[in-house]
Amino acid sequence: MSLTVLATGPRALLQDAGRVGLASIGVGRSGAADRAAWALGNRLVANPPDAASVEVLLGGLRVRAERNLTVALTGAPAQAVVDGKPMGHNALIPLRAGAELALGTPDRGLRTYLAVRGGIVVDPVLGSRSTDTLSGIGPPPLEDGVLLPVGLTPADHPPADVAPVRLPEAGPAVLRFVPGPRDRRLTAPDVPVTTTWTASDRSDRIGLRLTGKPLHRTDDAELPSEGLVRGAIQLPPGGEPVLFLADHPLTGGYPVVGVVRDADVDRAAQVRPGQPVRFRQT
Amino acid sequence: MKALSCGDAAVLFEVGTLDEAVALAAAVRAAELSVVVDVVPAARTVLVVTAPGADLGALRRTVSGLPVSDAAVTREADPVEISVVYDGPDLDEIASFTGLTVDEVIAVHTGSGWRVAFAGFSPGFAYLVDGDPRLQVPRRDEPRTRVPAGAVGLAGEFSAVYPRATPGGWQLLGHTDATLWDTDRDPPALLAPGDRVRFVQVER
Repeated sequence: MSLTVLATGPRALLQDAGRVGLASIGVGRSGAADRAAWALGNRLVANPPDAASVEVLLGGLRVRAERNLTVALTGAPAQAVVDGKPMGHNALIPLRAGAELALGTPDRGLRTYLAVRGGIVVDPVLGSRSTDTLSGIGPPPLEDGVLLPVGLTPADHPPADVAPVRLPEAGPAVLRFVPGPRDRRLTAPDVPVTTTWTASDRSDRIGLRLTGKPLHRTDDAELPSEGLVRGAIQLPPGGEPVLFLADHPLTGGYPVVGVVRDADVDRAAQVRPGQPVRFRQT
Repeated sequence: MKALSCGDAAVLFEVGTLDEAVALAAAVRAAELSVVVDVVPAARTVLVVTAPGADLGALRRTVSGLPVSDAAVTREADPVEISVVYDGPDLDEIASFTGLTVDEVIAVHTGSGWRVAFAGFSPGFAYLVDGDPRLQVPRRDEPRTRVPAGAVGLAGEFSAVYPRATPGGWQLLGHTDATLWDTDRDPPALLAPGDRVRFVQVER
């Protein structure tokens, strides 16, 4: 055991690349909501690319190293202190045995990743250590006092001490999307683009729920359920779209009018409740 | 077959029938295309999810050219028998919608040779087809916020067993003690695509 969770903050989960290719048994992919930030953390500490990290929602995490560890923080810039001393993000942070790392609340973005050199090595479930909040598969959400096992130190050495990254947006998040597969179900196809949406506080890892002037559908007939992708913009009967994130259901019966570009879905996962969201067609 | 745009890392293929969708999904899986990350068949569609940066035009052409068997995908094993207590809250409504008596609904449900078309909705949730067409009923107008694990339901052309307690809109016929999903079992899902299923009535 190598890392003790002293406090989880609002919510802390283990996440990795998720479960790939299990749709035939009804299991979705899950995995880190902001894949780019999660992957950067593993690169900084020279972990294997599929190592599990802690995904921290809105800061508040406190951990204690039970042996000498090297960690890195990526994603939402929650102010970090180690035994009272401020530490930077996107950089290697050495933790001596007994040292405490505490995160404040980020002033932008939603999810911070704590990568630990060696990775968090709880038992995988169906090939992954990700917690799928929709299906309940994977390790349980972290709780105060839990001990997390850290894996063997990788042979590779960290490539750099610090990585230049773009911070999550504080203002409107502009997400590029491709129309379809069911954009013909919209009475006015340009409305998703001309509307400034607001992220709802009912958003979670399943989907970013948007509020704003409802969109109208050409007909209310339900579709036979069809497969959903991460990034799908689905239009439920109320007309306010849901942008699906990591723990989205495999299938859905409401029309998907557009799909956010894969590279932009990570930024969508950093949008905070109340933040404006705009879509740009590409 | 129609290929519909579904973002920059997937293509949604639309076909005419459920059997075509199941057969196309099987063909895409069998082709083991290197860019394909997952295949999600549903009632009239097959979603093919790719790695980022895949050439979707090439994928469309490849999938459109795949040989697709029109025979229903069935596994040649004995049917999985699922014991059901027919005490569901929607039995009377199903009977009045179908014009059958409650006893006839049970007889038709247990008398049908069901087959797993595809999985979805939640882990271990298997969409069963090939039931008696008289059992086709719409979903409930208002989905229940909680359907208990083991509930046996009907919706459209499908029957299914809820593997775990979830919200759900299907009409409920009864319940079973069978464990549809157990993460610690190998395989975790009791039912796989192609499996045949028979429901057997038992007393509570």
